[in-house]
Amino acid sequence: MSIITLRESITQALREEMALDENVFIMGCDVGLRGNPFGITKGLMNEYGEKRVIDTPISEAAFTGLGVGAAIAGMRPLVEILYADWITLPMDNIVNTAAKTCYMFGGQANVPIVIRAPFGVGGGVAAQHSQNNENWFVHVPGLKVITPSTPYDMKGMLKSAIRDNGPVICFEHKRNYSVKGEVPDGEYLVPIGKAAIRKTGTDCTIVAYSYMTYVAEAAAKELEKDGISCEVIDLRSLLPLDYDTVMESIKKTSRVVVVTEAPLRGSIAGEIVGEIIDRGFDLLDAPPQRLGSKNSPVAYNEGLEAMCTPKKEDIIAAVRKTFE
Amino acid sequence: MKDSKCIEELKKEFDAYAEMYSPEGLDREEQIRMYSIMWLMRKFEEAVKPLWMANKVHGYYHPYITEEAIATAIITQLKKEDYVGSTHRGHGHLIAKGGNINKMMAELFGKEEGYNKGRGGSMHISDMSIGMLGASGIVGAAVAPAVGSALKSWIKGTDDVTVVFFGDGGANAGSVSESMNMAAAWKLPVIFVCENNQWAIATDYARITGEPDLYKRGTGFGIPSYRCDGYNIYQIWETAKAAIERARAGEGPTFIECKTMRMLGHHATDDSWYRDMSVCDKYWEIEPIKRMGEFMVENKLATPEELEAIEAEAMKKVEASIEYADTQCHEPSPDTFYDYIYTDGEVIK
Ligand SMILES: Cc1ncc(C[n+]2csc(CCOP(=O)(O)OP(=O)(O)O)c2C)c(N)n1
Ligand SMILES: [Mg+2]
Repeated sequence: MSIITLRESITQALREEMALDENVFIMGCDVGLRGNPFGITKGLMNEYGEKRVIDTPISEAAFTGLGVGAAIAGMRPLVEILYADWITLPMDNIVNTAAKTCYMFGGQANVPIVIRAPFGVGGGVAAQHSQNNENWFVHVPGLKVITPSTPYDMKGMLKSAIRDNGPVICFEHKRNYSVKGEVPDGEYLVPIGKAAIRKTGTDCTIVAYSYMTYVAEAAAKELEKDGISCEVIDLRSLLPLDYDTVMESIKKTSRVVVVTEAPLRGSIAGEIVGEIIDRGFDLLDAPPQRLGSKNSPVAYNEGLEAMCTPKKEDIIAAVRKTFE
Repeated sequence: MKDSKCIEELKKEFDAYAEMYSPEGLDREEQIRMYSIMWLMRKFEEAVKPLWMANKVHGYYHPYITEEAIATAIITQLKKEDYVGSTHRGHGHLIAKGGNINKMMAELFGKEEGYNKGRGGSMHISDMSIGMLGASGIVGAAVAPAVGSALKSWIKGTDDVTVVFFGDGGANAGSVSESMNMAAAWKLPVIFVCENNQWAIATDYARITGEPDLYKRGTGFGIPSYRCDGYNIYQIWETAKAAIERARAGEGPTFIECKTMRMLGHHATDDSWYRDMSVCDKYWEIEPIKRMGEFMVENKLATPEELEAIEAEAMKKVEASIEYADTQCHEPSPDTFYDYIYTDGEVIK
């Protein structure tokens, strides 16, 4: 066991998979010499050479397209979009090619690409460097979408994503990069599509993912003092989504609060609540609660930025509401 | 003092180097104005870094330092109705278009009195009242929309022109090429200005392009294309003058590559560890303000004292802008959270 940051857990996953499979390669802006702005790919170009860690021009639409094509041709590309906000640029090749090729070709071709995209609000970097776009991709059959929040999960799930034979998008919250956690020394995988229970409880289920898991845990801790025992579920993967774990928890608690950092309107929080109602309306003792960011772009001003996202207090209030 | 030996050395590696000269039609008064604008840009940018360090300004901030001649030579020739499309390194573009540095400083402070009411910050500075279409956080992505204002002028038959800036990095965004093609096909009144400072954060442009002469891309689309010494305000001025005349006359786009060198970190806290900054030493000999000042003194267009006074004046203006942003402006009120998401005061929560 060793304790590492989430940032380092990504580096470890990349390094290990590159060593195991010579078809794995990385491409993106400044991933090579600079080792990406967060230092995640630092050193990998020296270790694996300029054909396995490729510095690209600022041509997201095309270099992601190249990644998709290389994947179809049998490689396992890891494409990095520096900020998830700009995943709009290669959207066409992700949605219309990566997601649909296997289907359209009747199973003749796979697209084993992984796209890594740092996302989320924080740092006062305004509306084009702060978005939560993960929800858009959950709408696209053919893709998988993961959002690991601990170093252990990040490493294990990223390795699973690289070995997956289809396209996987990994959303990494920028505020989680310095989160520390234990990671085993040996090889391990964490499967895609299984949620994790971060805290067990009996009174209310809080469903969250990525950075919001930490906010939910903080809320649960505080509620515990008032005698309300919350179960906190970290989804880890949005597509597929582990409804079995969610429903098991609701069987116990009969109450649920779903939290996303994305603007609430049209977000996965509504989708999750809808599915919960379909699967177990009768289990609920109170209307399910949804929490998300305000339906607004993210401001540069730090006060307005802070107003945007759900806070611990908001989650506490939502949990209390299920007892009214 | 000019170090001629250093310049001789520089010429060997800087292929865009062009000697300074007095272009026809550029009078002394205009030169003094351009020189003052460059100092205002410089002082503004120099002031921001300490403010960033002191936590008064946050987010990403990209200084325009040593690229001042480009915006100044080109934009000062535009009229108010003309449009400018900017980049993430956009403070200088705004100043050259006649923008208000108090409002820009207030924006960097995130204040309600700022250009963008504190919503945008450095990367989104804009002033629609003077055709300043705004900085952009998505490299290359602002080019097509800027060309759209040239499309408007073309449809309406006005003589307004658009100048759109992008870096050597931004040049590689696909939509930049797509825009150049349409501009050429329809003879849109637009000037593509590639500020080639040879670096895109940590990427040396030679590593990611097969043709180092970026202006040749314009030629490929049938656009008259030129390369200028990005430190030579006179050469850029003269090249831009012809381009603007062409655009106004409905003769279509021009592509101007202004070749320069990024001599500081990419943004406020970037120490450029990934490159050897000593290559820049020679370039400091021809940084545009020093170079223009020396030329004007040599040619008796100004005295050193006059030039010093201009610098001091710029400093005063920038100090006043800091004072304004820091003490006279306000944080946006939480009540205004939903403002501007939609137009005309409509609020959709
Ligand atoms: C689409 C996109 N990709 C990557 C980035 C990250 N980024 C910000 S500035 C920059 C370099 C831009 O280089 P260039 O266009 O040459 O302008 P310069 O900074 O040199 O003035 C990069 C890669 C971005 N903002 N947008
Ligand atoms: Mg550049």
